[in-house]
Amino acid sequence: MKASNYIVMEFLSRSVNEGFARSAVAAFAAQLDPTLEEIGDIKTAVSEAVTNAIVHAYPDTLGKVVVRARILEGGILEVTVRDWGRGIADVAKAREPLFTTGGAERSGMGFTIMESFMDTLRVTSKEGQGTKVVMRRRIAQRAGR
Amino acid sequence: MDVRIKSEDRTLTICLCGDMDHHGARGLMEQLDRLLERELPSKTILDLGELSFMDSSGIAVILRAKRRMEALGGNLVVVNIPKQAARVLETAGLGRYIKLI
Repeated sequence: MKASNYIVMEFLSRSVNEGFARSAVAAFAAQLDPTLEEIGDIKTAVSEAVTNAIVHAYPDTLGKVVVRARILEGGILEVTVRDWGRGIADVAKAREPLFTTGGAERSGMGFTIMESFMDTLRVTSKEGQGTKVVMRRRIAQRAGR
Repeated sequence: MDVRIKSEDRTLTICLCGDMDHHGARGLMEQLDRLLERELPSKTILDLGELSFMDSSGIAVILRAKRRMEALGGNLVVVNIPKQAARVLETAGLGRYIKLI
């Protein structure tokens, strides 16, 4: 699908960048004139995906995370979060609610929230090579704009 | 993230301000552990009224505070939940385990 606009951000997997990444995507999505609730949903889903990359992809090291956001036809926001870390051995299991290999500060609800807050979620991963998460959310056209 | 507390008659009110995400979660958990050990409250009120953002890291923080309160023989309630945080808590089904007001 052709994009009418896009941004790409590359950053190191430091947790301080979580806030930056979700705020930047939310600011980019603002051109679709979303509601506050839609912006909240997008920020939450991006935060979950970026946190997964930071916590799980590079548990003992720092690595590269790339976030791409695109505006597609029909008012669709697409967000891709990519890492080149250790990968996920069993994606289906990782997507189950409450499944986590993270520490005490993780709840295992990340993928469940991404699925609930976005229209589509696609996760592809290869052990030792990294993970790609692609999420789409259509921003509804409201009357009077 | 800022934490403000008020303690009265063994009721501890903890106000969380700012973004509650993975970056701040570990430090926040440690801070809450220390607070509960020091104050030994019979009831803790977690006030989220000034929270600007919360992701699933907040679920882990709240569940940990609940477990600590249960170990003290007390209870935990979560109040003034902003819409965005409420969506996260509802999706996780946290209302089944914790009193959300």
